[in-house]
Amino acid sequence: MDFPEELKYTEDHEWVLSEGDLVSIGISDFAQDQLGDVVFVELPEVGDKVEISKAFGVVESVKAVSDIYAPLAGEVVEVNSDLPDSPESINTSPYEDGWMIRIKPDDMAELDGLMDASAYQAFIEQE
Amino acid sequence: MKKTVLNQVHRDLGARMVEFGGWDMPVQYAGVIAEHIAVRSDAGLFDVSHMGEFEVSGPDAFAFLQFVTINDLSSLVDGQVQYSALCYPDGGIVDDITLYRFGVEKYMLCVNAANIDKDFAWLQELEAQRNGNYQLINRSVDFAQLALQGPKAATILGALTSADLISLKTYHFCESDVAGMSMIVSRTGYTGEDGFELYCTPEDAGPLWQALMEQGSSQGLVPVGLGARDTLRLEKAYALYGHELSATILPLEARLGWITKLGKVDFCGREALLKAKSGGVRRQLIGLRLTQPGVPREQYIVRSAGRDVGQVTSGTMSPSSRQGIALALVDTAAASGDAVFSIVIRGREVSAEKVKLPFI
Repeated sequence: MDFPEELKYTEDHEWVLSEGDLVSIGISDFAQDQLGDVVFVELPEVGDKVEISKAFGVVESVKAVSDIYAPLAGEVVEVNSDLPDSPESINTSPYEDGWMIRIKPDDMAELDGLMDASAYQAFIEQE
Repeated sequence: MKKTVLNQVHRDLGARMVEFGGWDMPVQYAGVIAEHIAVRSDAGLFDVSHMGEFEVSGPDAFAFLQFVTINDLSSLVDGQVQYSALCYPDGGIVDDITLYRFGVEKYMLCVNAANIDKDFAWLQELEAQRNGNYQLINRSVDFAQLALQGPKAATILGALTSADLISLKTYHFCESDVAGMSMIVSRTGYTGEDGFELYCTPEDAGPLWQALMEQGSSQGLVPVGLGARDTLRLEKAYALYGHELSATILPLEARLGWITKLGKVDFCGREALLKAKSGGVRRQLIGLRLTQPGVPREQYIVRSAGRDVGQVTSGTMSPSSRQGIALALVDTAAASGDAVFSIVIRGREVSAEKVKLPFI
C-alpha cells in the first residue's frame, strides 16, 4: 500500500495535498482498499463551504456507503468532474485521478493538526 | 463464529472475511465486480458449505414433506430438485429451500445457513404434531458444498467427472464422482448461469476446491465471495431470506406464487395463503431501475405520486448494466399500472422505473 510523503492524512482516511493557497482532497489507498469497488461518488459544488470534520461527500462501493469528511474548513473551488462517470479511479489511482475536491482553506494552520505519512501508517496498523 | 472447512483456503487466497449468518465467510477475493463479471463470462467457484442439509426418510417422508413445504412434491421424480419454502400457519415464510428427491422414501432439504437451527426446530415441532413413520436428521455437519457457476462450469466439471453432464438437466442431480471423490452433483445455483452445486464430505472439500481451481483457472475460473453472490442473484431477482423473504412476508407477495401450490390438499400455511389469495395481497415485490445516478439500498423508502408506497428489500449497482437496481416491496395499488416511482436516497428523491424481472 502506498502513502506518499508529500501528503497529510486524517483519522477518517482522507488525504490532503497542499498546493499554494489551495489544497486537494481525496481518500487514501487504505480507504479505497477497505471500501472495495467504488461505484458511485457524490461531491459538493463549486462555491460550497465545507466544515472541518463534517461530511462533504459520499463514496459508495458495491456493499457500503461511506461519508467523506473535510480535513479542514474552506470553500470548494474545483471538483473532479470526471469522478461521477469513472468512480473506479478512486480504486485505481486514489492520489491522482481519484482526487475529489480542491478547496481554499479558511486557515492553512489547520493542516498542522493532520498526520504525516509515517504517523498515518502507524495509525492504520494500530486500527 | 462458525467456520467452514475451507476457511484457511480463503485466508491464504487473501479473501476479505465477514460475518454472515453466524459464519466467518469470504466476501471478496479480487473484488466484487471482477468476480461478478467472471461468473457471467467464464466461471466462478463459491464455498457455500455454510448452507444446511436435512435428510427426511421413511415410508411417511413424502406425506410429511407435502405438509411442511408449499410446493407440490407429487410432480417430483428421483434425481430431481425442487425450489420450495416452509411457511408458518399464518403464511409467513420460515425459509426458502431446495428439496432433493433420492427416492420416494428419501429426500434432502438444503436450507439457508442462518436458518439451520430455526428450520430444524420448526420441523421438529411439526413432527411432534403429526404421527408418522419417518426420520428427520440434521446432516449439515456431514456436508461441505461448493458451487461452480458460469457458462464454462460444465466444461470444467466435465473434465473431472464420469457423470453424464449432457443428460443432467437443470434442477436435476446425480450421485457421482468428481476428481475421484464421490459426491452429489446438482445442476442448480443462485447466479442465473449454468452451473453446479457439489455436496461432498468436509474432508473432500479442500481437495475438490483445489482440483476445480487447477482444472478451471486456464478457462477463467476464479474464487467468488458473498459480495458477488449477492449482486449475481439480485440481477436475476432471486429472493434472499431476511430481505425479500421473512416471517412477515407471504410467498404470494414475494413473487413466489409459482411455488405456492394452493391446490394441494393440505399444507402448513395453506388456509392463510388461500385467504390472502382470494382477498388480494397488500404488497407486491417489484423491480425498480434508477433512471438517475445513485445506488439503491435495503430499507430506502420508495415513493410514488408523492406518497411513501414501500421499501427497498435489496439494492445495488448492477455490475452488468452499471445502473442502480432494486427489489422493493410496495403497496399493491402502487405496483400495478404505469406508476412513476422514486427512491429516497439521503433525503433526495431519485427517479426510478418499474422494470420486468429479472433485471439481466
